[in-house]
Amino acid sequence: MNRKLFGGIAATVASLAVSTAAWAQEAAAAAPVPNPGNNAWMMVSTILVLMMILPGLALFYGGLTRSKNMLSTMTQIGGVTALAMLMWVIVGYGLAFGPEGNQFISWGKFFLAGVTPDATAATFTDGVVISELIFVCFQMTFSAITVALVLGSVVERMKFSAVMAFAFVWLLIVYYPIAHMVWEARGVFFVMGALDFAGGTVVHINAGVSALVAALILGKRKGYPTEPMAPHSLTLTFVGTGLLWVGWFGFNAGSALEANGSAALAMINTFVATASAGLFWMLAEKFSGHKGSALGYCSGIIAGLVAITPAAGNSGPFGAIVLGAVASIVCFIFVSKVKPALGYDDSLDAFGIHGVGGIVGAIGTAIVYAPSLGGPGGEDFAIGSQLGVQVAAVAATIVLSVVGTTIAMFIAKAITGLRVSPEVEADGLDIGEHGERAYN
Amino acid sequence: MKYVTAIIKPFKFTEVRDALSAAGISGMTVSEVSGFGRQKGQTEVYRGAEYASSMLPKIRMEIAVPDALADRVVEIIRTQANNDEIGDGKIFVLPLAQAVRIRTGEQGDDAL
Repeated sequence: MNRKLFGGIAATVASLAVSTAAWAQEAAAAAPVPNPGNNAWMMVSTILVLMMILPGLALFYGGLTRSKNMLSTMTQIGGVTALAMLMWVIVGYGLAFGPEGNQFISWGKFFLAGVTPDATAATFTDGVVISELIFVCFQMTFSAITVALVLGSVVERMKFSAVMAFAFVWLLIVYYPIAHMVWEARGVFFVMGALDFAGGTVVHINAGVSALVAALILGKRKGYPTEPMAPHSLTLTFVGTGLLWVGWFGFNAGSALEANGSAALAMINTFVATASAGLFWMLAEKFSGHKGSALGYCSGIIAGLVAITPAAGNSGPFGAIVLGAVASIVCFIFVSKVKPALGYDDSLDAFGIHGVGGIVGAIGTAIVYAPSLGGPGGEDFAIGSQLGVQVAAVAATIVLSVVGTTIAMFIAKAITGLRVSPEVEADGLDIGEHGERAYN
Repeated sequence: MKYVTAIIKPFKFTEVRDALSAAGISGMTVSEVSGFGRQKGQTEVYRGAEYASSMLPKIRMEIAVPDALADRVVEIIRTQANNDEIGDGKIFVLPLAQAVRIRTGEQGDDAL
């Protein structure tokens, strides 16, 4: 299912209504009122996505770094989240979901012009709307978590100022156009029929691929891979994992835009795909001669959440279980075999889990959508042609992410110098960049 | 007098202490330490990436005994702490020049 969105049209119709009784009645019939239940669910979902970022992602990523970079990691995530929120209401919403535009970008509604408490946004059901301001907030949290996810590959060595400059440019030239292309009714991928229920392409492939490009441009951490850089607190990473899983119900089930059966399907899939992926990562560890580990469990949980995101409302529960297991094993191979073999320093595996898991999920969605496999697709659904559409959308997203991230990183480099000094890197970015310690 | 230092596996500590008490050993100093010997510590693995050997947790016991008891103490620790596995630990015996009980000022064997 995709998002069909012409937010605010209903409100515009209402404002054009003239004073005669007959006209007023017609206008009322044409302007549906938001259902409080749907509005309430979307408000909760929105806040759940915020919980994924702070504290969820901040703890998940922070625990994986060395203790001298704990605050730096969390502050970078907090910093870009706040920036993304402000940018969203100023230009982001207009560039992604504005009233004017073409298949690549939109415009209008800058500074939320015309988005009043009475304005509404369409959902997937004809005649059902939610308050547009809630839709603005919901989408705002998606843009914030996506840019925060990218940082997983560059922590422990990138200046805070560089992170902020990168985030500013990246949101403008990468996130908003891709969100428009995938989720807006005129968007090129939307028109192609690409399936992306809750952001497998927009959020995870986009963030994961961007993370890889950013890590390659930034370079490896000093001492990588010869010095041990073990996570400093898997306890906090485990807590962060739990918060991410809970928040992801807002992310996935909220993407139905209504509190209905589609949201329920997304909810059960977010349970079972994730459970499957958590256990399969541990099994993969066992079969490769190691112990089933806590970090393996957490990594599997995230891989499962990522993979089920595009398929959340586009799969049956048992398709979701298989998708979670496959994504978990593929991500494990990438993180434990491919990354060491190639030698790039994707510090916290933002690419290995979000990028790779997102690609597996987006392509797998074409398979699990089939009604013969328990998916919600129509009887005439053909796996083969949908597979082509999914692969094309994934490939195009990868190209856009690579080009846009390269530009954003070089702009950040020109403005800030990008990387902290060797002294600051050795002492830790907590003291060097923020003047404080995580633990005293 | 002898000063016996034993590095043993933590899960064996209770058996060793009980056997020493039964043999009339009245005191000891015990600390939690970490280290490695021939088994070279343990490898940590994070997401499939292996990190160099790290320290293993051990218990260090320090016991001051009269010369006559030293061999018996060593034998008790050796038998009770033995798990017949690599990493079971080691016992060191040092000559002890003097012992003084702080409260009374007693010296030598009387202070033990």
